[in-house]
Amino acid sequence: MLTVSVYRYNPETDQEPYMQDYQVDTKGKDVMVLDVLEMLKAQDSSLVYRRSCREGVCGSDGMNIAGKNGLACITPLSEVVKNNKLVIRPLPGLPVIRDLVIDMSQFYAQYEKIKPYLINDTPAPAIERLQSPEERAKLDGLYECILCACCSTACPSFWWNPDKFIGPSGLLQAYRFLADSRDTATEQRLAELDDPFSVFRCHGIMNCVQVCPKGLNPTRAIGHIRNMLLRSAA
Amino acid sequence: MVTSVTSFGRSGLSDWLLQRITATIMTAYLIFIVAYFGFNDVDYASWKALNAGLPMKMFSLLTVLSIAIHSWIGMWGVLTDYVTVRLMGAKATALRMVFQLGVIAVSLLYVVWAIDVLWGI
Ligand code: SF4
Ligand code: SF4
Ligand code: FES
Repeated sequence: MLTVSVYRYNPETDQEPYMQDYQVDTKGKDVMVLDVLEMLKAQDSSLVYRRSCREGVCGSDGMNIAGKNGLACITPLSEVVKNNKLVIRPLPGLPVIRDLVIDMSQFYAQYEKIKPYLINDTPAPAIERLQSPEERAKLDGLYECILCACCSTACPSFWWNPDKFIGPSGLLQAYRFLADSRDTATEQRLAELDDPFSVFRCHGIMNCVQVCPKGLNPTRAIGHIRNMLLRSAA
Repeated sequence: MVTSVTSFGRSGLSDWLLQRITATIMTAYLIFIVAYFGFNDVDYASWKALNAGLPMKMFSLLTVLSIAIHSWIGMWGVLTDYVTVRLMGAKATALRMVFQLGVIAVSLLYVVWAIDVLWGI
């Protein structure tokens, strides 16, 4: 039997959050954390969490598993169970709506700030804007982000200033558009980022890199943005 | 674009750059002093002779200025992380101003004092 300790909070009935222990029989199989949550849900239908694709593509089930942020659907028990116990909490740093569901508004507000779409003031071509294979290769390691928020909610700078610091996820996306050969708004984008908070609150702690379930490297992207700011200022 | 009145420079980039430059100056000074004491038989006369020269006075002053700027930027960063309205409520802004003015006052005092000491040699 596996003991699963889950963070519970229902603002309508609970004064404050608490941890609830469940027992589940995984029949010795190394299933994913999300499978365990489904078993818990069968025991106790009041437990609430987000999920959709169950294969690491949608980014809905980011949560704090055994102290580390990750996607429940692609995290096997063997990686996170210690002494036959599993601890699951919501992603840290953002308000909890209920149980494992957090309010991501601040995270999305930061994403919105970086204008996550191509801006191009040249006349649109008849068919599409083409890129060379080399230009396209610059987007590798950037476009794969699924906005799961595992990185930003692991970042101390984002915890303290979620309204001012864009956070690793938003900055990875900012660089994704700065690096795109089809985008002509590079200067405006850089001007928007050159204040003491948006980019420069990153202190290179690299929690973001450690947790990204897609293996992306926001710290490197932030370094590229800093270099672009340096070059445009020089 | 997030605007702030109490940061040192105008932009995040200038603060970031200054933080690196001042750190380099402080490191260079530290290495120089350690090496000077390591490779020389220092007595009062030679120590005084070294510090009486204008280049050394400039280097020392530059280092003191670096410490002032570096701590201003650094403390501003720490204070705007932890002494904020988000974490402490409305009183945070006033409290942070007091701390920031304190840091600035102490830094300026050190600079003036250092000038007095250096040019008193
Ligand atoms: S490297 Fe920067 S963005 Fe990533 S966790 Fe650290 S402070 Fe946050
Ligand atoms: S960078 Fe990684 S951890 Fe951050 S939101 Fe994107 S996929 Fe999730
Ligand atoms: S359910 Fe879609 S990423 Fe886990």
